[in-house]
Amino acid sequence: MDAFVSLAGGLAVALQPTNLLFCLIGVTLGTAVGVLPGIGPALTVALLLPVTFKLDPAGSLIMFAGIYYGGMYGGSTSSILLNTPGESSSIVTALEGNLMARAGRGGPALATAAIGSFVAGAIATLGLALLAPYVVSVALAFWPADYFSLMILAFATVSAAFGDSALRGLTSLFLGLALGLVGIDLMSGQARLDFGVPDLLDGVEVTTAAVALFAIGETLFVVSRKGAADETIEPIKGSLWMTREDWKRSWKPWLRGTAFGFPIGAMPAGGAEIPTFLSYATERRLTKHPEEFGKGAIEGVAGPEAANNASAAGTLVPLLTLGLPTSATAAIMLAGFQQYGLNPGPLLFAAKPNLVWGLIASLFVANALLLILNLPLIGLWVRLLSIPRPWLYGGILVFATLGTLGANPSLFELGSLLALGLLGFGLRVFGYPIAPVVIGLILGPMAEVQLRRALAISQNDWTVLITSPISAVLLTIAALAVILPIVLKTREKGIVFGEDD
Amino acid sequence: MSASREGSGRKLGAIVVALALIAVAGIVAADAIRLGAVRTFGPGIGPRAFPWAIAIGLALLGLANLVVALRGKAVEAAPVEMGPALWVIGGLVGQIVLLSFAGFSIATGVLFGMTARGFGRGPLWLTIPIGAALSFVLYVIFTKALALTLPAGPLEKLV
Repeated sequence: MDAFVSLAGGLAVALQPTNLLFCLIGVTLGTAVGVLPGIGPALTVALLLPVTFKLDPAGSLIMFAGIYYGGMYGGSTSSILLNTPGESSSIVTALEGNLMARAGRGGPALATAAIGSFVAGAIATLGLALLAPYVVSVALAFWPADYFSLMILAFATVSAAFGDSALRGLTSLFLGLALGLVGIDLMSGQARLDFGVPDLLDGVEVTTAAVALFAIGETLFVVSRKGAADETIEPIKGSLWMTREDWKRSWKPWLRGTAFGFPIGAMPAGGAEIPTFLSYATERRLTKHPEEFGKGAIEGVAGPEAANNASAAGTLVPLLTLGLPTSATAAIMLAGFQQYGLNPGPLLFAAKPNLVWGLIASLFVANALLLILNLPLIGLWVRLLSIPRPWLYGGILVFATLGTLGANPSLFELGSLLALGLLGFGLRVFGYPIAPVVIGLILGPMAEVQLRRALAISQNDWTVLITSPISAVLLTIAALAVILPIVLKTREKGIVFGEDD
Repeated sequence: MSASREGSGRKLGAIVVALALIAVAGIVAADAIRLGAVRTFGPGIGPRAFPWAIAIGLALLGLANLVVALRGKAVEAAPVEMGPALWVIGGLVGQIVLLSFAGFSIATGVLFGMTARGFGRGPLWLTIPIGAALSFVLYVIFTKALALTLPAGPLEKLV
């Protein structure tokens, strides 16, 4: 078993004292930031990216792994206690989890989420380690045309999966693609959409865009709706621990949630919402306590939370093996890789095995640290939740601008932060999803390079996109992913394209 | 459904968004036309192809959004109050203006104070120094321990 040998090598890297320390710092920071209301894993990773700037690549990526998992964990805590899901994939957790907290069972809800995340994370990370070498061997056979079609598939599913309307998802995606055009075209040296501004020649920074769209846009959105429903924190009453009954009701949903989450997350299509909804529906049907659903059923927290975490680990399969980010968080992680001149993909496994396997192994370590750290520290994280909003959002903006300046100390970059923040605010107000913008921004230029390579190789023969079997299959799936939901929706309700109520 | 003033305001907002999308499509297309003068060599598509595809896509999406908006079927825009948002925007602008001569801590303190003011917490003479102190601590941590470069001003020169 090659994977186990590589993984053991990775563990040797991850368990070096300094790397272990980086992982611990990452996990702690990730949880602390992720637990803040309204901050999802994507923003957590983007805000904390500057902290890792000056570390060596291995240490930085290991800290990153900790931040990623910590952010996920912190996010579920705030979903349960505040009912403010930081991202769409924790909506379901927030649903039953918040009801449990209101019924005075916040402790067991947090515990089943934490232990479920651990179980799911451990299994899914193992899945990642076993699956990655196979995907890498397939990916080595990919030609540029196949990569291009793969990205088209990611575009199609990302815009269909995020948000509830394909029209608005695609609109966001295309705005991201347009932003991705800005700067020097690497293949011809031509400046595009630079408007004569030298600062624009380098293009729009993915991290600046992510921080602006998520942090600035979100802050503006929240402040402008000040009167609209102040949320209340549910205090944790009663025991923190799960009873024997809770365990009995939780372990199967954990495993089923993992079984939904990992395969769907690992597909080069994205969408962590789908497995969480599938898991919720399944648990609701299989439960012996159907009367508790809608009033705070532990299965409804255990399953979706496990699905969410498993799919988060799953998204690392396309990210690491194909260089394909399928979530906003993965897009920011890709930007983090690129900052070190590392390009995730099949070649990275061959060129830097220690780095890749060290990263995968440190996911295990991060997962274990989170469990050890978080069960006793729940009280502390809950206190972070009660930071008054003026200080909280003041602090978020301080950190957002600090990170942007740290990455690129120029006033122009701060100006872009503000401009993109206003764009994010507008998108939020009019109900357009944010994540496809970030994905379009990072994947658009990659897709363009692949298509132009493909056509250069084929001497301008566009049929290469259909004659390559891999490419043809991917494009067919992409077309189905866009058309099928629209057809189903139209037939179901007899309503027009793009509408939703 | 009703022809109330909010209803028509809502429709107007969605129409403006759709028109803005078409305008962005126009900007991208204009840039692609400008690139038309550039000759490319060898096989493959040049730097214009993608901008054209994106411009056409955006224009079509803008039109689709416009149709939805005109039918009054667009998603209801979230009701927003611009007053508090302007405080936050003002803070961000203030930081940009102050940064080059007042340094990171003071400029970011202004951002912090004005953001807190947007959320209804004041007074500014108290929150801005609090923000500046917080930013100063962050400045020291990030420049000394993490070796990042941040703009220095009179306060930062002290360390």
